[in-house]
Amino acid sequence: MTPINYSELLQLALPQVIVVVTALVVMAIDLIALRKRAIRIRFTVASALASLGCAAAILQILVHPAQANIFDGMLIANPLTHFVQIALLVLTIFTLLISVDSRFTEHVGEFVLLILIATAGMMFLVGSQDLLVIFISLELLSLSLYILAAFNKRSGQSWEAALKYFLFGGMSAAFLLFGFSLLYGLSNSTSLTRIAGALHGPSLNPLLVIAIVTTALGLGFKIAAAPFHFWAPDVYQGAPAPSAAFIASGSKVASFFVFFQVMALGFAGVNGTVTLSHLVRGWVPVLALMATLSMLLGNLVAIRQTSLRRLLAYSAIAHAGYMLLGILAHTQQSLAALLYYVVTYAFATLGAFAVIAVVEEQRGDDRLSHFDGLGKQAPILSFSLAIFILSLAGIPPLAGFFGKFYLFVTVLAATPNPVDLLWLVVLAIAMSAVSLYYYLRVLKRVYVTPPAIDCNAIHSPAVTQILVLALAAAVILLGCAPNLLLKWIDSAVQASGL
Amino acid sequence: MLAWTIYISFLGAAAMLLLPKGSVLSARILALLTAVAGFALALTSFLEHRTGEMQTITRVSWIPSLGIKYYLAADGISLTLILLTGIIAITGILFSWNIEERTSEFFAFYLLLIGAVYGVFLSYDLFLLFVFYEIVIIPKYFLIAIWGSTRREYGAMKLAIYSFVGSAMVLIGLVATYVAAGSKTTSLSALASFPYSHHFQMVAFPLVFIGFAILAGMWPLHTWAPTGHVAAPTAASMLLAGVVMKLGAYGCLRVAMTLFPLGLGPWSFHVLGLGSWRDVFAMLAVIGIVYGALVALVQKDFKFVIGYSSVSHMGFILLGLMTLNQIGISGAIMQMFSHGILAGLLFAVVGRMVYARTHTRELALLGPMNLNKVIPFAAVTFILAGMASMGLPGFSGFVAELMILLGVWHAYPLLAIFVGLGIVIGVVYIWRAMQKAFFSDVHTGPPKPHEPIPPISLPERLGAIILIGTSVLVGIYPQMLLNIIMPALNSPLFEGLRKGSWQ
Repeated sequence: MTPINYSELLQLALPQVIVVVTALVVMAIDLIALRKRAIRIRFTVASALASLGCAAAILQILVHPAQANIFDGMLIANPLTHFVQIALLVLTIFTLLISVDSRFTEHVGEFVLLILIATAGMMFLVGSQDLLVIFISLELLSLSLYILAAFNKRSGQSWEAALKYFLFGGMSAAFLLFGFSLLYGLSNSTSLTRIAGALHGPSLNPLLVIAIVTTALGLGFKIAAAPFHFWAPDVYQGAPAPSAAFIASGSKVASFFVFFQVMALGFAGVNGTVTLSHLVRGWVPVLALMATLSMLLGNLVAIRQTSLRRLLAYSAIAHAGYMLLGILAHTQQSLAALLYYVVTYAFATLGAFAVIAVVEEQRGDDRLSHFDGLGKQAPILSFSLAIFILSLAGIPPLAGFFGKFYLFVTVLAATPNPVDLLWLVVLAIAMSAVSLYYYLRVLKRVYVTPPAIDCNAIHSPAVTQILVLALAAAVILLGCAPNLLLKWIDSAVQASGL
Repeated sequence: MLAWTIYISFLGAAAMLLLPKGSVLSARILALLTAVAGFALALTSFLEHRTGEMQTITRVSWIPSLGIKYYLAADGISLTLILLTGIIAITGILFSWNIEERTSEFFAFYLLLIGAVYGVFLSYDLFLLFVFYEIVIIPKYFLIAIWGSTRREYGAMKLAIYSFVGSAMVLIGLVATYVAAGSKTTSLSALASFPYSHHFQMVAFPLVFIGFAILAGMWPLHTWAPTGHVAAPTAASMLLAGVVMKLGAYGCLRVAMTLFPLGLGPWSFHVLGLGSWRDVFAMLAVIGIVYGALVALVQKDFKFVIGYSSVSHMGFILLGLMTLNQIGISGAIMQMFSHGILAGLLFAVVGRMVYARTHTRELALLGPMNLNKVIPFAAVTFILAGMASMGLPGFSGFVAELMILLGVWHAYPLLAIFVGLGIVIGVVYIWRAMQKAFFSDVHTGPPKPHEPIPPISLPERLGAIILIGTSVLVGIYPQMLLNIIMPALNSPLFEGLRKGSWQ
């Protein structure tokens, strides 16, 4: 074993260290200096400082891009992890800035601290190929998210959602740990590559089957794939808007990436197939089942929703179904497609939550009828919301469309015979045709239905307007010129050799 | 330069959003100028480009890692339809001069739609074509849902869902084709020259063809069309029937038939006397022709008559395509142009000239209003449009239907009889609608309308004259279009089709 070089370790983890130190500084400043000030000022200062910290971390990654692999993947730095970490930091910055206008809590410092701690957890999560580190950082992320979901102490819904989230999350973490322990028992290692080396073989060990299923269950919970989705609608609806946005965007990106790594690296020898003619056991069929269920359930249940946040939650389940296809194809291209998809998806969702936050703040809740006639009262917010929703629906030339197209292409191209996975792609495209119905219903509210007579005018805060416009511009730009992001992802994926 | 038809329309749409609130007149004028500019560009290219062969307009790399190019090109077929789009765009604006509510938004959606339609006709890259094809859906939805009439939200949603289901089928075909051809390019010519397996073509062809044909109003997937047309505001139904349905037919020809020519070949078995997809679609087209005409015959709502007549006329186009001979396919393209002009005109008469004044479309209520005395211009216009639509010589409809009929005679002699039947019923339903709406014999003291009927305005006259003039021009001198359509059909793109089942 090579001796540990602490300075090198610190150098590698410097972005994470920056984020954590920022978190502490922000909390200290908020508690010491700003305690008596108005909440808005406290939020503004805390968010600005925290965003600066995140920006510094991005800068650190960009200026000193380290390449390393310490202790068989315990801590990894390569262009791919850099890309994902930067994406996570950018999403965190947006989340922080969205919360500037919120008033749901007096504990500003703690709120920002938790978001940054969760971000650090995500950064460790994506920068590791070791079961232990993955589990610990996943728990760091999850615990922060549970508290974030419960942060609105005045709302019973927020409590309830957080409790559900916590109970389901605790259970799924137990399953995940169980699966990981079996894997360790089978391979005598916690490193994903070593596990893969130990696992190959023509027949599946029954213990391995349990390990596959429990691991998929634990990670499936994080991405809200059916049938482990029960927490999603409640958390999306009950949690304070910035927390919900964070859970729906940043944590999704990190979870999908780590899901891909665990499956494609750790279970590399036991893929299995899901062609219609014959089915080979392995992890691919498990994921195919999850994907099918998610696409069907998410899209069909979303039709019935009357609350925009719940609608987004079910649409998130549906999108998780599409993205699972990228994991089960497990090629370099499909990873690139998955990353493009999940990042642009996160942008759109984040933006949608920013708009919801404004409407909710002024109208009480997120019932769809509260969006009636929004087009007249808040043109910029409505326009951006339309862009986000249409992107989620996969209408060109927005980013969501290219994401879908590229994802489906890579899924079909993953097997030598393109027909093998065709049924999944057909199902996905058919279901996205269904999804247009409920997405259009939202836009109908915004642009077609006249506003209720007794409703008060919507005041759109300037910061939010700028933010959602920036996000909408990003969604349009990445849709019209996917190459901007794709070039980066492609080279990163290739350099990482995953 | 032709590419600017797209950009100008999109820029016009963006400019609409920047106009101050309530600037109704400036919105109208800006929209009109944009449409005229687009038409002028289309006309210039049309006049300059006399050979009809493919000419590249723009070709730049778009997504290099996937081999997707931003590739615009035009041949005789595209030019014909571009010209049609330009004309319909201008007249549609003239006929929506009376839109007072949210005017600038209306024209923003309108121009967005027009720009996307130009884009579809000019795209020579399958991915790009699909992008434009899908952009069309959203403005269509809002135009109907916001400014429509009868059951507008239902009609708009139905239309959007049908279109999206159709494009989902096309998307499956597009993704599968792209991967099957090696994931290297989406250029139409490259994809068309790739030798797909016979089995693949047999599956992909009906999938993509039906996907596009949904938008072309193929029976039995046509039901979005009458409800959508009836719910839409006048300009939108002109656009829908005039150009958007042509997008579907264009996709059938340009994508489904050129990419998968073997899919048209015979199966190894017969079902109900049908031996190939070609037979199936020809049969559906004929059913559409006769069914649309028969249903139009019994409608009580004036606009439904025109709506179903569109289904019938679109059947001619699909049938023309399925003849797979030069004259039949050229006839189908002629019919695309002719029906675009005439359907636009008919919807303009019904929606703008009549309905906007009388606030009813019930034929039984229109009769007693003595409309031929009150608004004679509308009556004359409808007679002319009806004559053209019946296929009387001297109008564009005659040439187109004659060519299709000749093509059908070569390919399916038996079906030609039913086509003839369809034409005859076409005469009857137009006659009946004309009689009931304008020349009713009811003289039981006509109930006075609640408000006096305003005379036909200048923009309406202008629009009607443009459309009738175009139809007559093409009817008298069809070579104008045929000269560029024929060479286009002989281009390398249709090589596979010519080699395969062409007769």
